Amino acid sequence: MAEPSSNQPVAELIGVTRNYRMGTNVVRALDNFSFTFGRGEYWAVMGSSGSGKSTLLNVLGCIDRPTEGDYKVDGISTNSLDDDALSELRSRKLGFVFQSYNLIPQLNVLENIMVPLFYQDDPPADGEERARTLAARVGLSERLDHRPTELSGGQQQRVAIARALVNHPALILADEATGNLDSQTALEILALLDELHAEGRTIVLVTHEPDVGERAQHVLRLKDGRIESVKRGQRSMAGARA
Amino acid sequence: MSQSTFARTVRLGVSSLMLHKLRALLTTLGVLFGTSSVIAMLAIGEGASEEAQEQIRQLGSRNVILRSVKPREDFNTGASQNVRVLSYGLTEDDLARISETFPGVARVVPVREIYEEVRRSDRAMNPRVMATLPVYRDVTGRVVSEGRFLADNDEAGVSNVCVLSDEVANYLFPFQSPLGEEIKVGADYYTVVGILLGRVRQQSDSAPAGKSTAEVFIPLETGRKWYGNMQVRMRAGSREMEEVELHEIVVEVDAPENVPVVASACREMLARNHKQSDYEIVVPLELLLRAEETKRIFNIVLGSIASISLLVGGIGIMNVMLATVTERTREIGIRRALGAKRRHIVSQFLVECVVLSVGGGLLGVALGLAIPLIVERYAEMRTIITPSAPILAFLISAGVGVIFGLYPAWRAATMDPVEALRHE
Repeated sequence: MAEPSSNQPVAELIGVTRNYRMGTNVVRALDNFSFTFGRGEYWAVMGSSGSGKSTLLNVLGCIDRPTEGDYKVDGISTNSLDDDALSELRSRKLGFVFQSYNLIPQLNVLENIMVPLFYQDDPPADGEERARTLAARVGLSERLDHRPTELSGGQQQRVAIARALVNHPALILADEATGNLDSQTALEILALLDELHAEGRTIVLVTHEPDVGERAQHVLRLKDGRIESVKRGQRSMAGARA
Repeated sequence: MSQSTFARTVRLGVSSLMLHKLRALLTTLGVLFGTSSVIAMLAIGEGASEEAQEQIRQLGSRNVILRSVKPREDFNTGASQNVRVLSYGLTEDDLARISETFPGVARVVPVREIYEEVRRSDRAMNPRVMATLPVYRDVTGRVVSEGRFLADNDEAGVSNVCVLSDEVANYLFPFQSPLGEEIKVGADYYTVVGILLGRVRQQSDSAPAGKSTAEVFIPLETGRKWYGNMQVRMRAGSREMEEVELHEIVVEVDAPENVPVVASACREMLARNHKQSDYEIVVPLELLLRAEETKRIFNIVLGSIASISLLVGGIGIMNVMLATVTERTREIGIRRALGAKRRHIVSQFLVECVVLSVGGGLLGVALGLAIPLIVERYAEMRTIITPSAPILAFLISAGVGVIFGLYPAWRAATMDPVEALRHE
C-alpha cells in the first residue's frame, strides 16, 4: 500500500496564513502556506523553534484557524465551520498525541482512551470494545482501571496513542511525542508509530530531533512560516521498521 | 444515550471534586447553612400559623369574647379603700344591649363563674366553675366525649346537674365513670351528666400552656339561684368580696366578614357604659392577624439570613470554581482538542457546581430537619415540617449551583484551546 504522491489528500492547506498579535507587532507564524498530506503518508515536520511548526500542527488539528486561506480535512473545508462543527470534526477525524501525554487525571486508562468518543454527536455503540482492543494492542490490558499517575511515561504515551486511534481518525498528529521519554522508551513509541504507518494510517509528527525525523517516511522542513525543504523518501515499510 | 451521558458527567464531576475533599466540603458550608435555615424558617413559620389557627378554632373564628377583668388597684384606691365590696365587670345590661340591638349578632352566651371548690369525697380541686346556657357548647365548638352537655330543661328546671371537662373527670373519678355520680360545688350537690373534652391551653391563657383546662359547667339559672352576684374570693390569705354580674359574654357573629364590625361595636358600647376598664375583648380573628404578623416578621428575619448565606455560599462556590477552572486549564485544552464542544465543557463545570451545591443542600436539609426538633424542645414553639420544605430547599440549592456555576463554566468553555493546551 501507501503509494506516495498518487494518494488522495487527507489534509490540504491552501494559501494558509496565520498571524498572531504580540503587543503592537504582528507575527506571521504561517505565511501563505500551501501543502498537501496524502493518505497513508508518514511525515515528520521539522524546523527550529519559531519556524511555525507548532502553528502548522494546531491548524492541522483544527484547534487553530487560519487568518487567511483554507484548510481541508478529508475533503471537508474548515473555513465555514463553526466551533461546534469543528469540535465534532476533531472528535471524528483527528487523533492527537502530545509531548506530555495529556491524559485526564480523574479518569482511568479505559476511560481516557474513550474520551474522543464521549464527545461525538452520535457515539459508536462498540466504543468500550474498541478501547479494550486498543489497550491490548499497546500492551496495557492489565491496567485498564489504573489512573495516569500510576503509570510510567512510556505507558502513558501508549494510552495516549490508543486514545488517538479510538475514533478511527483520518489523520494522526503527534507533537514531540517522544520528547519526554528516555531513548529506549522513545524507540518503542516510534516503533508503534511505524506499525501504524504500516497499517496505512496518515501520521504527521512534529519534532526537532533529527534521528526521530529520519525514521519518518517523508520530512517537511519549515523556516519562518514557509516551506524550507521537502524530502520525500521511498523507503519501504520494512526499511522503516529496521 | 443522553441519560448515560448525564450519569457519566455527574460521575466525572464527583470524582473531580473528590480530588479535593476538604475544599469541596468547605465550599458547601454556605449553601448548607442557607438551606437549613430555609427549612427551619418554613417549619417554625408553619408551626406558629398552625398554632394560631388552632387557637381560633377553639375560640371560634366567628366569635367575639368579652371578659370581665378586675380593674387595677390604683384605679379605685381613693374611693374604695374602705369599701369591702369590689364591683366590676360585664353586666346583664351589656348582654341585653348586644343581643337586642347589634346587627350581625347570631347568638350571645353569658357565662358566670362561681368561686367555689369542687369536691368528691376526699378529692378536691379548684377548676373554673362556669354557669352558662346550653348553646355555649355549640357556639364554642366544644366536643362532648361522654353523656351530654347542659340541656334546655336543665335551665328551665334550675336543675343541679353539671358537665365536667375531662381533666376534672379524670381527677375526681380516677377509677370509674362519673356519669350519674354526684359532686359537690361549694355546699351543693350536682349530678354529673356529661364530659366535655377540655381545650388545650394556649400561651395566651394565664395558666401554663400544654395541659387541658379544668372546667365544670352548670346551668346559668342554677348558678344565679345558689350563688348570687356577690361572691367571696379567697386569695393568698386575704378575702375579697366581689360583685360581678357576668364573667364572660361570648358573641357569635353571623358571618366572618362581620366580625370586625361587631367587635368594634362591642368596644364602643362597653367604653360608653363602663367608667373603668373592667373588661377585655378577645377577637380570635385579630389574634390570627397578630399571629400572621409574627410569622411574617419571622419569615423576613430568617428569610434574609437564608438568602444572605445562600448568596455568600453561591459566591463561595463561584470563587472555588473559578480557581478550579484556572487550575484545570490544561485539562480543558485537552478535552477541547479531543473534540469536546463548548456545551460539553459548560455542562462538565456546571454539573460540578450543582453537585457541590446540592451536596451542601442535602446536608443542609438534614441539619434543617434537626433544627426544628431543637427549637421545639428548648423554645417550646410548635414547628411543622411540610414535605414541600425539603423539596423547596433542595431546589433552591440546585438553583444556586446553576446560577453561580454559569460564569465559571462559561469562562472554561470560551478558553482558546491552543492557549489552554500551552498552559502549565
